Amino acid sequence: MSFEAVIGLEVHAQLLTRSKLFCGCATAFGASPNVHTCEVCLGMPGALPVLNREAVTLAVRAALALDCTVHERSQWARKNYFYPDLPKGYQISQFDRPLATHGHLDLEVEGSARTIDILRIHMEEDAGKNVHDDVLAGSRSYVDFNRGGVPLIEIVGAPQIRSGAEAAAYMRELRRTLRFLDVCDGNLEEGSLRCDANVSIRKVGATTLGTRTELKNINSFRFVAAAIDFEIHRQIAVVEAGDAVVQETRLWDAQAKVTRAMRSKEEAHDYRYFPDPDLPDLVLTAAAIHSARATLPELPAAKKERFVDALGLTAYDAALLTEEPELCRFFEAAVAGHKNAKGIANWILNELLREARGQPLAALKLTPESLAELVRLIDDGTISGKIAKDLFAELVTAGGAPAALVKERGLAQLVDTAGIEATVDAVLAANAGSVAAYRAGKTNILGFLVGQVMKASGGKANPKIVNEVLRRRLG
Amino acid sequence: MTALCDLSLTALSRALARGEHESSAATEACLARAADTKGLGAYLLIDAEGARRQAAAADLRCRAGQRLGPLDGVPLALKDIFLTAGLKTTCGSRILEDFVAPYDATVVRRLKDAGAVVLGKLSMDEFAMGSSNEHCAFGPAKNPWDPTRVPGGSSGGSAVAVASGSAFAALGTDTGGSIRQPAALCGVVGLKPTYGRVSRYGVIAFASSLDQVGPITKDVSDCALLLETIAGHDPKDSTSAPVLAASATEGLEAGVKGLKLGVPKEYFVAGIDPEVRTAVERAIATYAGLGADIVEVSLPHTEYAIATYYLIATAEASSNLARYDGVRFGLRRDPGRGVRDMYLQTRARGFGPEVKRRIVLGTYVLSAGYYEAYYDRAQKVRTLIRRDFAAAFAKADLLVTPTSPTPAFRLGARLADPLQMYLADIFTVGCNLAGIPGLSLPCGFANDGMPIGLQLLGPAWSEATLTRAGRAYEREHDWSRRRPPLARP
Amino acid sequence: MTTPKPPVQAEVLRIAALARLVLSDAEAEAMTPELAEILAHVAKLEEVDVTGVEATAHAVGFATPLRDDVSRPGLDLERALANAPERIGDGFGVPKILE
Ligand SMILES: [Mg+2]
Ligand SMILES: [Zn+2]
Repeated sequence: MSFEAVIGLEVHAQLLTRSKLFCGCATAFGASPNVHTCEVCLGMPGALPVLNREAVTLAVRAALALDCTVHERSQWARKNYFYPDLPKGYQISQFDRPLATHGHLDLEVEGSARTIDILRIHMEEDAGKNVHDDVLAGSRSYVDFNRGGVPLIEIVGAPQIRSGAEAAAYMRELRRTLRFLDVCDGNLEEGSLRCDANVSIRKVGATTLGTRTELKNINSFRFVAAAIDFEIHRQIAVVEAGDAVVQETRLWDAQAKVTRAMRSKEEAHDYRYFPDPDLPDLVLTAAAIHSARATLPELPAAKKERFVDALGLTAYDAALLTEEPELCRFFEAAVAGHKNAKGIANWILNELLREARGQPLAALKLTPESLAELVRLIDDGTISGKIAKDLFAELVTAGGAPAALVKERGLAQLVDTAGIEATVDAVLAANAGSVAAYRAGKTNILGFLVGQVMKASGGKANPKIVNEVLRRRLG
Repeated sequence: MTALCDLSLTALSRALARGEHESSAATEACLARAADTKGLGAYLLIDAEGARRQAAAADLRCRAGQRLGPLDGVPLALKDIFLTAGLKTTCGSRILEDFVAPYDATVVRRLKDAGAVVLGKLSMDEFAMGSSNEHCAFGPAKNPWDPTRVPGGSSGGSAVAVASGSAFAALGTDTGGSIRQPAALCGVVGLKPTYGRVSRYGVIAFASSLDQVGPITKDVSDCALLLETIAGHDPKDSTSAPVLAASATEGLEAGVKGLKLGVPKEYFVAGIDPEVRTAVERAIATYAGLGADIVEVSLPHTEYAIATYYLIATAEASSNLARYDGVRFGLRRDPGRGVRDMYLQTRARGFGPEVKRRIVLGTYVLSAGYYEAYYDRAQKVRTLIRRDFAAAFAKADLLVTPTSPTPAFRLGARLADPLQMYLADIFTVGCNLAGIPGLSLPCGFANDGMPIGLQLLGPAWSEATLTRAGRAYEREHDWSRRRPPLARP
Repeated sequence: MTTPKPPVQAEVLRIAALARLVLSDAEAEAMTPELAEILAHVAKLEEVDVTGVEATAHAVGFATPLRDDVSRPGLDLERALANAPERIGDGFGVPKILE
């Protein structure tokens, strides 16, 4: 009997705002417990929420980029449940009338194109964090509300994914898109991008859905495919053994590489959603939505296409350059300074990434402008590739303006033919044996002689001219 | 001779401005009156030290010719629903018995900025759920006109303090009549402003789409003055309206000549106490005599108002009260069997029976399978009730009705029958559902000496018209100037 | 839509638990008929024709206001924790949470 999996992903993305969704507390990650809290995000009696404009802007941008319909009127709803990390006993979210619906995400899975529909995107506040720290808390837990109230969008994908590999591709494409939009930093380890998966299986050809489990705690990219594939195989094994899949929430245990049922067995969810009376509807004018659409930045997929079609890059290089927004921005800024896109791409992908050694590009002293200048100096024959490489290493660690450095240190190539002829003559005089051998037919000795001339010129002689002069003198 | 604390707020304010009295003396007079009337249970907390300090500061300002305004140095008290930084704020509940407010409610800040002296915190039904003040976890408050009777609720302590002179005025909150009904039952003035006119920030929520803060005062002039201090847009409350409404203190004495007063026929049907009916009809006649046009109007969905109100209010309350879980503040009972059990025991111990009843009702009507039948339907009927009022205000400038169908009833009389208690809110809940303002002012006394309240309702932002009409009536009678005998219960 | 039947005692207990309340036997016994009576009154709303009527969720007609994205200091840490029934480090202590 053969089965197919039906997977729907719910992705929570933290919006890149300075302050929380409904209060002025900072969203900074990694602070000591409860320093970024106030009466609002602690759910103190009497405190009331006021919506962050930037969070709305970012959510709308994401929704439009995913080709959703953004609604002119959306409604805030309370999702009621009790948990220590949820200060008010409800989460402010959206339910009946979300911000946006009906979008899609195009992706490539193992070379072929796939489109996954996005059912809805809504805004909501994050919960705090229950901390289990045996040293500090012993047999207790404690709650840190620094993250409580941080703005999220929840992106609900249609159950159209069929494998762990597809799920991973979807997550990767979503992450890349959100990062290029400056909407979310996409950091799974820090929890700014989180993925819950609804997984079920059915016999191939069946149209009804099987009982699904909800998979949580997939907090690293490496685990997306592994966790889902594990769960698919677990469910198949359950069914093949003649048992039924139990509807439950399961956690991915990254150490044991298994999913397991949550220990705190929750009662059937009855969230009692209703419109939040503290927050009137979010209203966006058609004009505001239109102008947000008009000012959307170019998305990575479109950039990749343009890099191939208009800039002449290989598909491989274009893909590498559109993986990370930082790298892509560096490339585009450099190309803006000098039109040799292929040359710049090579320098970035071969030299820059090696020199960066994993540091963020912003930490390097080399700017896109100076890389553009460097490549221009090579292209117009001012410096040799060899000189450029030496200079590049220095630019990365110490910075500086390439043209000025070349001038200051006299690194420009010798293109003065008379000067080169004098050097060539001197080299030929000093290597009479080699000259004789060449003339006797050992023409491959030319390379040696070129090397000698280059050496004598301190690497600055233009190798093309050296070649010409040598051939003329020997010929 | 009138005791200092029996002056109206307006009279005291003038006397302070002229240097005839000092805030410290007025404060001492209130504190002494509070001690004399302790048995009425108006106060849950008296901050004598803080009040004396604030009064002394006000006196210094006054002597230096730097008086901040009409409220500077006026001793006031607050329903214990307003967060007041550094003071216990219990909301009448065991679950907040030891809760010390970490910040000031916006209205408290405004009062402090105006120089008002905060005497203390006043008794109330637990979480503002009740119409008799008997649901306060720390004991009932009693009606100063007859301590065997209820003062009304939920702002019972506020009405008692003002009626008995232990505060020049008080702030209350009104979700379904909780300012107007106790004001009526205690013979004082109470105003529920237009929803959105006064900030709810720092006011412990009962039902957020209905709650509104308002003054309880000795007369209508005091009411207008206090409203102007607390009203206005607050960026911390997303439901606070960015509207500049007409001032309630200007044109207060302009009278009602030519004003159209509507009498909703559905408010004068069976169930209304005959003495209440007579008093209200006389008040209507007084208005006619003052030159107002009296017209009959209809509010056809009146009979559905209580059902609509209790569905919406309890649903919102069930969610608003979820934060009392023993994690960040308030009472905790932890039997050591995990988080869930801690919640169950904390809330079972911390909430009183009326609060539990409403949480269960509100949870029920929002829960899966019941939402459409109850909550969603109630919200639609709410729309019809709002339309009723809009249609009535197309014909009349204001509406005139009784505030409560009966004068104050005896303590304990309605405790056994929650539905009967709810039904007594029939004339007040429509105002909250529609978000419009309502004023209650004294319009006479029953044969047994208990005060009767007249209610004026107006369209949104019509507080200036309401207080003008209230003031016109008040000038014709001495109801507002009568004070209860200082019977020591 | 017709109004559902009033809840029996077991249903009252289930709803109470959903709201994280335990009711004593006496409380549950008293509350069941009280709720039934209130819900019977509420059933009046069935008489009202609400077809095509919009729900009123807010008493105000304006859109929610928007705040500038400026981060400000919140409550001082000691003040934030001052009312905590149990403090562990700078966190709010609770019974061990198992996942
Ligand atoms: Mg969510
Ligand atoms: Zn905060």
